[in-house]
Amino acid sequence: MLHETFAELRATFDSARRDETFWQSYVDVTTSYGGRPTPVTYCDNLSRTFGGARIYVKREDLNHTGAHKANNVMGQGLLVQRMGKRRVIAETGAGQHGVATATMAARLGLDCTIYMGEVDVARQHPNVFWMRQLGAEVVSVTDGTRTLKDAMNACLRDWADSMADTHYVMGTVCGPHPFPQLVTYFQSIIGQEARAQMLAVAGQLPSRVYACVGGGSNASGIFTGFLDDPETELVGVEAGGKGVETGEHAARLAGGQGSPGVAQGYKTVFLQNEEGLMRHTHSVAAGLDYIGIGPMLADLHQRGRVRFESATDAEVVEALRLTMRKEGIIPALESAHAFVAAFREAPTLADTSAILVNQSGRGDKDIFTVADALDDEDWKDFIGQTAARYAR
Amino acid sequence: MSLEGVLRRGLERKPILLMTHLVVGYPSLEDNWAMLEAMNQAGVDLVELQLPFSEPIADGPRFVKANHDAIQAGVSWSTYFSFASRAARIGFPVVFMGYYNSVFRMGAEAFCSRLAEAGLSGFIIPDLPPEEAVDLNTLARDCGLDPILTMTPTNSPERLAQIGRQASGFLYCTARTGVTGRQTDLSQGVAEFLRRCREATPLPLGLGFGIRTAKDVRVAREHSADIAIVGTAGTQAWEELGVEGYRSFLKGLVDA
Repeated sequence: MLHETFAELRATFDSARRDETFWQSYVDVTTSYGGRPTPVTYCDNLSRTFGGARIYVKREDLNHTGAHKANNVMGQGLLVQRMGKRRVIAETGAGQHGVATATMAARLGLDCTIYMGEVDVARQHPNVFWMRQLGAEVVSVTDGTRTLKDAMNACLRDWADSMADTHYVMGTVCGPHPFPQLVTYFQSIIGQEARAQMLAVAGQLPSRVYACVGGGSNASGIFTGFLDDPETELVGVEAGGKGVETGEHAARLAGGQGSPGVAQGYKTVFLQNEEGLMRHTHSVAAGLDYIGIGPMLADLHQRGRVRFESATDAEVVEALRLTMRKEGIIPALESAHAFVAAFREAPTLADTSAILVNQSGRGDKDIFTVADALDDEDWKDFIGQTAARYAR
Repeated sequence: MSLEGVLRRGLERKPILLMTHLVVGYPSLEDNWAMLEAMNQAGVDLVELQLPFSEPIADGPRFVKANHDAIQAGVSWSTYFSFASRAARIGFPVVFMGYYNSVFRMGAEAFCSRLAEAGLSGFIIPDLPPEEAVDLNTLARDCGLDPILTMTPTNSPERLAQIGRQASGFLYCTARTGVTGRQTDLSQGVAEFLRRCREATPLPLGLGFGIRTAKDVRVAREHSADIAIVGTAGTQAWEELGVEGYRSFLKGLVDA
């Protein structure tokens, strides 16, 4: 059904990449509108706490709309203009990609529909509020597991009907070709910056780079900058949920429970049963709660270039708490997975070495989930009073 | 006799054939069997049996629910194939419909031999592009199975010609873009689309997506479709009208 649409997108992307001015026009919009470059921050207190390697953080949380998702969206916005389409659709898990897409649509004067699983609409409602304020229609997806994969299915179904005037702004490095390549291309700005910044700020390349992996767009972005540096080990961190052994998680590669499959228009490692039915996934972080993983990351894993680890919900909340207290930085629950693995491994490394954590997004969107996890009495009082005020 | 041969013989007797559909295990296997008996009595010409999948991206809401409910009820490959082999003994040709991950997990050889053993005539895999299907289709033809390919209104003439060259059995032509289960305005462009399909292949042309009523079947016939394909509307009729209503729904389509 979408054959001609993908051909059009491939042609547009290929001609943009060949156009020598295109990358610069992308960098310009991420600078003037998005707030790039984002800094690399040295975290002295965390480094002292753990001993061993010095800990640096790439601050994608400082992007406009608070996450790396804005990069890819601004890039695809340029492609939408080249194709002359007037409407965009997008899937979203945590809501960050949805909010970023809604800002782009508002700025470029495009109609915008965001598909979001019902479970995620409930747990990430502040982002739903902002998407609607920005003029987007938010559709709550009620079938399947009502999370990111179902939002992606809903987008593919919409697009199969609307492709003549609509572009699907895929938020991650999954889905049919050319999406994995295209989204990696735009997110590679993270790695390009980070590599130069580490040489400038730390005076050396990092011995390890950590990134959380849902679909894998922030990881693909930062890893791309270091692929040709064999001394830098790349570590992807998946959602361990309630523990990989419980089955309630979203770890496809770490733990070895994923297996090859072809679904949602692409081939990769999925969490599925023997007969290819997708399993239910779980993570405290909506953006990691997904069955598949970017096919290029699965390939890098198979070739031994990227190592995969997992972090449980409980470890994530603890790492988030520590990062806030020690550094005054608030990572998103998704990003906090990368911090867990970095904290685990930093003490085992020499104090002359440096490690880099990609903070893909900021955590204030997670206020309800985090307050719940921390069981914060003051917050619960506030919510109770606000609810009572609305009820009157 | 080949699937195409069976269809051609049918087309000697009547101007348009009817293909109906069910999702195996939805609402239940007992209901499915009663639906098949009703199809047989009404004179349905061929039937597609859908293997439930968790991510049915070409399907609309009613079939998405049917897929998920059937999975919930525990329908597995073995459930599917034992039901399909019973269905294939009724008399009309039966074709597999399902998503590629099921085929991929089964393995192409096992898939083809299980279909052939069950007595099925071919398969429809809506999420498998023809360029990815070359090996599977070769294996299938060795087992006497027809890969049934899809033509859509957005396909370019070159694409239609390419699909036409690889097809066998018949073509599944979608009357509009989008997913299953929604109304289609058959007055808009369908005749022209079917003309383009006809130029690309001499095989029988099935028209689906939004064929819901006897009137739709007549319009399909006027536009020279060889097979009217009724999917979602059949499941809806079963759910809303019960067995008697379903029988008269089918009879209405066959007599259209």
